Amino acid sequence: MTIFLQQVFNGLTLGSIYGLVALGLTLVYGILHIPNFAHGALYMVGAFISYFFMVDIGAHYWVAMAGAAVVVAVLGVVCERLVFHPLRNAPPIHDKIAAIGILLFLEALVHMVWGSDFRRMASPFGGVVNLDGVFLREQGILIIASTVVLVVALNLFLRKTMVGATIIAMAQNREGAFLVGIDANRVAMMTFAISGALAAIAATLYAPLNLVYPAMGHLVIMKAFVIIILGGMGSIPGAIVGGMIIGFAEAFGGYYISTAYKDVIAFALLVVILSIRPQGLFAKGAH
Amino acid sequence: MMFKLGALIMHPASKYVLLALALLFPAMAANEYQIYVMATAFIWAIAVYGFNVITGYCGQLNLAHGGFFAIGAYAVALLTADYGWNFWPAFIGALVVTGVLGLLVGAVSLRLKEHYFAIFTLCVGFIIYLLLDKWEELTHGALGVRNIAAPDGFGLVNFRETIPVYYLILFFLVFIIWFTSRIQKSLLGRTFIAIRNGDDLAQSLGINLMRNKILAFVVSTVYAGLAGALYAGMIRFVGPEDGNILHTFNMIMYMLVGGIGTLFGPLLGTVGIVWITQSLQFLEEYRMIIFGPLLVILVIFFPLGIAGSFLTWMHRKAQALGLGSKKPQKESKVKTTAGREAENNA
Repeated sequence: MTIFLQQVFNGLTLGSIYGLVALGLTLVYGILHIPNFAHGALYMVGAFISYFFMVDIGAHYWVAMAGAAVVVAVLGVVCERLVFHPLRNAPPIHDKIAAIGILLFLEALVHMVWGSDFRRMASPFGGVVNLDGVFLREQGILIIASTVVLVVALNLFLRKTMVGATIIAMAQNREGAFLVGIDANRVAMMTFAISGALAAIAATLYAPLNLVYPAMGHLVIMKAFVIIILGGMGSIPGAIVGGMIIGFAEAFGGYYISTAYKDVIAFALLVVILSIRPQGLFAKGAH
Repeated sequence: MMFKLGALIMHPASKYVLLALALLFPAMAANEYQIYVMATAFIWAIAVYGFNVITGYCGQLNLAHGGFFAIGAYAVALLTADYGWNFWPAFIGALVVTGVLGLLVGAVSLRLKEHYFAIFTLCVGFIIYLLLDKWEELTHGALGVRNIAAPDGFGLVNFRETIPVYYLILFFLVFIIWFTSRIQKSLLGRTFIAIRNGDDLAQSLGINLMRNKILAFVVSTVYAGLAGALYAGMIRFVGPEDGNILHTFNMIMYMLVGGIGTLFGPLLGTVGIVWITQSLQFLEEYRMIIFGPLLVILVIFFPLGIAGSFLTWMHRKAQALGLGSKKPQKESKVKTTAGREAENNA
């Protein structure tokens, strides 16, 4: 039972991180219909910026996280302006290739500046809480709590504020949004900023449990894609639910099936699900 | 003047000049290393031709393409090193394996469209990489496979040496280009292009989407398998890194620089970029700092690549000249061939 609860906790931790990354991805997809392959690179850059703020400048963990969120949000907006905006009328294959270009560039840049070493990032929450035999890492608790706060905040922002409503409107119906005078450029930039900030925060939250290195975004972004396909591309609740499914599948699969193959589980799950239901688990209608 | 030069390049004889240059290359090369680099470039070009069939002609971005290259390489490696096969039976085996796996993956993945297909194949590519890395009983895991048999020369030539293997690879490259040009000119090639230009429209013309897409997919994976098999025979070592997704990204770049959906684009792009990369050796792993933005700039400003932009320019020029001159006899021939390709790529 304790082992089971331990895996539930691990699944929640992993699922929260995946959910946050997938949330940014799904937001961008919902608004602009771009599968942003560079999102994993934004995640990775976020971790390095936090690392830079903490180690080289000596900022506090929270300050570093906020700083990384801002920097990566700006980076996301720059990508939108310089790359995706000029391509808005191009065939869909071009967006994907351009996103791959950004990904390659950011990775090489980080590689050049920081090298390919694996770095350890300290966190003020290094302790472990023993709850009747179940060991809860403080960082894990922090991850779960932050995810809940962020998701609630994002939801409030999207539903209760005017700016958020424009994002929802554009995701629901592009032409309709233009018709009522919504500025598409502003919405696109806003979406990329939110998406980048979420990626940076997720990276900063997860980095103390993992390590910081240039290729750290690869697996995460691919799992995030699996998640948003499972949850329906563009769906916000779908991203969270999908994140939890993959998080739990990995935590339990890694323990009960095989640790070596735990990374394959998410992809195998996707292959199986898409083979049976090409439109994804929760998607409405055909694509 | 420029137009005449262009027409000269378009002339059917120029491909024989190209072939002659390739045949003479070992004599012109300064050292063996250059021949080796060229042979590697040709191997990648073969794989890129496959990529061009599924992505350039048929319009499906298959991000598992590098994975099939690795499967072809591993098939030859494991069959020769672990099971004691000769190179050529293993080579055929590699083609069969990549063809069958391509059929299976294609049958599942091609039910998905656009982004879903790209993401699905990205995951397939990653599964291939993870399996190569983790399935130690079969693939030797991270250690890779050594003792791969070199192509058997039947006592006539020794393919362990660089120059014979260069000609062997050149032979396959020429064959692949010839074969691709046959596809491109045939009804099948036009079917692929029709599918790229619009699923629904193609379907309304009576094209069986699924069957043609799977066919394009299998052709592309067999090309990749062929390239991989030659790679294993030349390098004689394979490791999980050969299945890295970066190879797929590299191939996208080769294809895009040369000209996506054109016959000579993959060759131009691959050979060009491989040599540029060679001359940027000092950048080594940072070369993507240049190539990443290059990729972005290309899709924004020159989505047709070198070959595609050239064909479009020739087409426009031919039209302009055709309107002005009284004897459009000769130009009109240029116009029709160049124009058709340019239109197809529009």
